[in-house]
Amino acid sequence: MMKTCLVVDDSKVIRKVARHILETLEFTVTEAGDGQEALDRCRADSPDVVLLDWNMPVMSGIEFLRALGQEALDHRPKVIFCTTENGIAHIRAAIDAGADEYVMKPFDRETLESKFQLVGVA
Amino acid sequence: MEISDGSVRILAALLEARTGQQLAHARHWRIEAALRPLMAELQAVSMDALISKIVSGENARLSDRAIDALLNHETFFFRDIASFRLLDTQGLERIRVAREATRRLRIWSAGCSTGQEVYTLAMLIADQRERWRGWSIDIVGTDLSAQAIERAREGRYSQFEIQRGLPVVQMLRRFDQIEREWQVSDDLRAMVSFRTHNLLSSPPPGMFDVVLCRNVLLYFSAEVRGLVFGRIASAMPEDGVLMLGAGETVMGHTDHFVSDYECRGLYRKRIHAPLRPPVECAAR
Ligand SMILES: C[S@@+](CC[C@H](N)C(=O)[O-])C[C@H]1O[C@@H](n2cnc3c(N)ncnc32)[C@H](O)[C@@H]1O
Repeated sequence: MMKTCLVVDDSKVIRKVARHILETLEFTVTEAGDGQEALDRCRADSPDVVLLDWNMPVMSGIEFLRALGQEALDHRPKVIFCTTENGIAHIRAAIDAGADEYVMKPFDRETLESKFQLVGVA
Repeated sequence: MEISDGSVRILAALLEARTGQQLAHARHWRIEAALRPLMAELQAVSMDALISKIVSGENARLSDRAIDALLNHETFFFRDIASFRLLDTQGLERIRVAREATRRLRIWSAGCSTGQEVYTLAMLIADQRERWRGWSIDIVGTDLSAQAIERAREGRYSQFEIQRGLPVVQMLRRFDQIEREWQVSDDLRAMVSFRTHNLLSSPPPGMFDVVLCRNVLLYFSAEVRGLVFGRIASAMPEDGVLMLGAGETVMGHTDHFVSDYECRGLYRKRIHAPLRPPVECAAR
């Protein structure tokens, strides 16, 4: 069965780029423009993995992770968070909040694929 | 700026003589792209003029640099992570049991490029302190490229390099951030050593229980590949473990090694009687 990935980013362009890469990696892709919408999608579609932007309006990446932690989901998706900052404090905060992996933007196919392997969805 | 077929032939001969790598698979544009920086630096008027300079011998370091530019140094942490898990649970475990009396383990990463493979091994071991307590462990990384070895020793990686293959938890645990780069910790650096070495020459001194030679022999001619496998075998004890790249095999290339218990990617020396009955491999 094809794995599903939810792309969460407030930029439509980034979502499109990510979708393109994910489709070449044979993922079924769904999208959300903010954390709140992402949470709804997780409840409705239970994706295998979430590619999560860090800075978003409405609900930021970190708020999303905390909210996801509170959810009683049958199947908690793996979360890879994407950021443009590579500060160690920043990365640690995301991992502490429950992210499984991180990837710096802009990312390429190989990098993303290696991250999917690490979280066990490739 | 086109490179002529004649120049490509000269380069190919130089590369193969020095490294064993064949250029036949490479497209002309790739060769040009690899050499363009050198061409600009030397203000050569054309690719062919550059090649003449390289082979003229007027500057000995020039051919080294050209070769370095033509070699593929691509690597990343935990490359083929499933193979590393297999190495850890099967290959290293077998050696650990067999060497219980001496508690000495030597690993050679041949063609280690900028060191990611070597630090991956160091992490595998450092993560399991109890299992390896009291062991004396050497991990030796070698590569033909002096530039790659220098970088490996330094152990400092860019954001791009650090995020390829390396689990974030390892990054946080084993690396320090220095400005925009990531420096491998002193603990890991203390476990490893690096030196330049050409696989066409005799192996580094001593015997190695585990040898990794991954994504290096792909472009060797069958003949040279067989020779190199023989050299590697001579540096390994009877029960040593050889690990190749995920897409590589010894089959049809050498009589020195056989597949290790059906475990994909791990090999052992061919001997007459099995040391132990085959065991099931962990799922990949
Ligand atoms: C593609 S990299 C592979 C690095 C690492 N083993 C991996 O699998 O990720 C191949 C390396 O082999 C080195 N190499 C090529 N020919 C060699 C030779 N004859 N002796 C030693 N190293 C060689 C190159 O310099 C390059 O760094």
